[in-house]
Amino acid sequence: MIAAIKQPGWIRGALGALLGAAFGFALVVALRKASGLPAYQTEQTGYPQVVVPLVTGPLGFLLGFGCFDYWLRWAVGMPTIPEDHSQHGARSWKDYFHFNTDHKVIGIQYICTTFFFFFVGGLMAMLIRAELAQPGTQIVDAATFNSLFSTHAVLMIFVFVIPVFAGIANYVLPLMIGAPDMAFPRLNALSFWMLPLAGLLFIGSFLAPGGAFDAGWTGYAPLSTGAPLGQSFFNLGVQFAGASSIATALNFLVTIITMRAPGMTFWRMPLLVWANLSTSLLVVAATPFIAGAQFMVLFDRALHTNFFQFAGGGDVISYQHIFWFYSHPAVYIMMLPGFGIISEVISTHARKPIFGYRLMALALIGIVVLSYSVWAHHMFVAGMFSWLRVPMMITTLLIAVPTGIKIFSWLGTLYFGKIHTYSTAMLFALAFIVTFTIGGISGVMLGMVPIDIHVSDTYFIVAHIHFVLFGGSVFTIFAGIYHWFPKMTGRMYDERLGRVHFWGTLFGTWVTFIPMHWVGMDGMPRRVADYATQFGDWNLLISCGAFVLGACQLVFLYNMVVSWRFGPRAEANPWRAKTIEWQVSSPPPIFNFDEIPRVVGGPYEFGVPGARHAIMAGEGAEAPAPEPATVGSP
Amino acid sequence: MMGRLPIAKMLAATIALTVAISAVMVSINWDGQEASTAAPKIDDLLNVMIVLSSFVFSLVMVMLFYALYAFRAKPGDESDGEPIHGNTRLEVAWTVIPTIIVLFGAGYSWSVLNDIEEPAKNPLTVDVFSQQYAWSFGYPGKDNAYNEGELHVPVDRQVQFKMHALDVIHSFWVPEWRIKKDNVPGITTTAIVTPDKVGAYQLICTELCGFGHAAMRAKVVVEPPARFREWVAGLGEKIPDPYLRTIEQDTETNPVPVGAGGA
Repeated sequence: MIAAIKQPGWIRGALGALLGAAFGFALVVALRKASGLPAYQTEQTGYPQVVVPLVTGPLGFLLGFGCFDYWLRWAVGMPTIPEDHSQHGARSWKDYFHFNTDHKVIGIQYICTTFFFFFVGGLMAMLIRAELAQPGTQIVDAATFNSLFSTHAVLMIFVFVIPVFAGIANYVLPLMIGAPDMAFPRLNALSFWMLPLAGLLFIGSFLAPGGAFDAGWTGYAPLSTGAPLGQSFFNLGVQFAGASSIATALNFLVTIITMRAPGMTFWRMPLLVWANLSTSLLVVAATPFIAGAQFMVLFDRALHTNFFQFAGGGDVISYQHIFWFYSHPAVYIMMLPGFGIISEVISTHARKPIFGYRLMALALIGIVVLSYSVWAHHMFVAGMFSWLRVPMMITTLLIAVPTGIKIFSWLGTLYFGKIHTYSTAMLFALAFIVTFTIGGISGVMLGMVPIDIHVSDTYFIVAHIHFVLFGGSVFTIFAGIYHWFPKMTGRMYDERLGRVHFWGTLFGTWVTFIPMHWVGMDGMPRRVADYATQFGDWNLLISCGAFVLGACQLVFLYNMVVSWRFGPRAEANPWRAKTIEWQVSSPPPIFNFDEIPRVVGGPYEFGVPGARHAIMAGEGAEAPAPEPATVGSP
Repeated sequence: MMGRLPIAKMLAATIALTVAISAVMVSINWDGQEASTAAPKIDDLLNVMIVLSSFVFSLVMVMLFYALYAFRAKPGDESDGEPIHGNTRLEVAWTVIPTIIVLFGAGYSWSVLNDIEEPAKNPLTVDVFSQQYAWSFGYPGKDNAYNEGELHVPVDRQVQFKMHALDVIHSFWVPEWRIKKDNVPGITTTAIVTPDKVGAYQLICTELCGFGHAAMRAKVVVEPPARFREWVAGLGEKIPDPYLRTIEQDTETNPVPVGAGGA
């Protein structure tokens, strides 16, 4: 028992969480007593005796679990444990439940954890659609409904879409650039373990008096500053998810800049690497803004500051500016890694080099730059300075240009290729082009101030956001999961079930989200538990579509679980791709490469006689002399 | 490379598809009844965008499905495609043409925006007060007459709504007018509407404001000027004093822009 407590792990972690929470609780009570205040405070926005333990408890868990052990030993001058690689690599399924510094283990930990939250958030979506299947309130009351859609959005955004991309990139990116691991493996592990804490805080808010946070994922002040305790769970959950995200982005930046294999110049990086470089640039600069915004809301709630309280001289609109200064770039944080995945999948399955590779990379950078200058298009009717609308409209519409470049370049990649559609990954990639084009078109319409004035905050917005986030991001996530499933698990998935999942998801997406445009334009506001009877028929159809969509995800879950356990063994390179991760075994060896590969050409040299992307260990001698990279226009 | 593609046929298919989609989409009245001078202008803009979007969508579909038809690998074909890395002219084209299209859209939108927000000489001013979960209305030009839950305005006269939120943010939307504006605590926000059809409509709150958000509605009546004058004169209540103080304290924007208070 004593040994178990000394050893980093779940027992010490649980103990750490308890001690941390107890410490936070005692600190609040003692300080309040010392100041002559009653020990407990039960104002609905306050509850410091709960809020402080919500910070110290998770930190205690991370300490106990072993996330800081190495650094702390080093910091206090204790002998550090020599690196025996016991925390590296997974030898059994149990290793996935421990602090592990192997980027491949962390990648899988990320993906499984985020998909857990995807299914929880999806269940909430099912409840939402069940309630909305008919006008009137049948299943949940209005307050619970507000909590449900708020939590649904927050789980999907902060602990599914954003981190699942970090998970896929965690696994694939170091392999792709020929690196043995990420630049900071311990920081990488810490980043991961903060994530389930964020998710648990979000879900745990249902236990708070007054219910889960219910001010929407946007949490606009002053609705959020006056909301019950659950809102503080949201404020703090965002801090953990945000810190996790920022640390991972730093890790990616350093890894990409410093750890590329010899010969891998920037213009020889696969586009997934470019995409994650761009995303990380967005995350490190933008995410601190939402962290700041949520701390300000928390301080307004718990400490009675007046950042957003107009009665105390605060400024209500400034919350929205700070929030969207993160949350618009966040849209691209949720999309750019997917663009990278689509480039890999389409090039591989069309057996063609990416059309206009350099312009594709530059378009990513263009989106990064422009995305910082469009945030106020979420505020066209918010009552901000009216002059700001037209410049923001122009930048918003211009961001369609680099996005369009990407669509046309993927289409160009298909031409004169040999398109294989046997892989579910390719099906999702092709369908993504269609659905994302529709999402992009409705985005351009929303960017136009006069149209936005009418449809802002209606179901048209709900339709648009789901077309770009579900039809866009989630389709790319599925493409990525199917594409790299053989690499990650060493097994093949069942393509037949994959196709069932694909067609069902495509059908469900269209039936669910297309009619939402119509009811929105016709006058149905968003975020309502009840609506006018004239929208009843369409909403019933939307709900049916949503249930089909939900059911199909169970097929996906079954396929993944069963194939991981029983699927046929995968070869190293089942898709015959050129990038480096496919040149090692499936799954790759614990340290990725016996010898760092040498990169001698572009990543997508399909059909170029004698071209190689990389020369792996032990084949340097017989490999033909590589042609110089022929990337760019002929 | 381009020479080997049936460009003329693909273009014809794109145009045919564009015409087909536009014909269906434009004929549908998506936004519902039009009851203000702004409504047809916004709907026209929407229709122009529908046609342009149909073109972009058709182009992408034709390009995608032609590729899937023509360049599908035969079963058992393990060979690679042609090593084409790009085409500068095409890449320039699909950068420049969309730029021109969106800039045209921006210019058109800008002109519509200026048009629908053009202040008239003699508008009727109406104060809007919103709070969880009710609307009320004051008529400062009509001896501060005041009414809860029902808004009346005359037809064919510009109305300038001065909006005040008393607790959290609400949003003022009458779908038939196509006009929406948030009501923000501490700020007076303005919306300009010229209703041009007599009738009864609904005012809908479109900013999440709490558990009663879905039910936060008010009746809107647009009536001939004579009947409106009669109705306003018949209102017994005046704008309550705390509301008048709110009007006084609210700024146009918050914080006050530099120079706004100056000479």
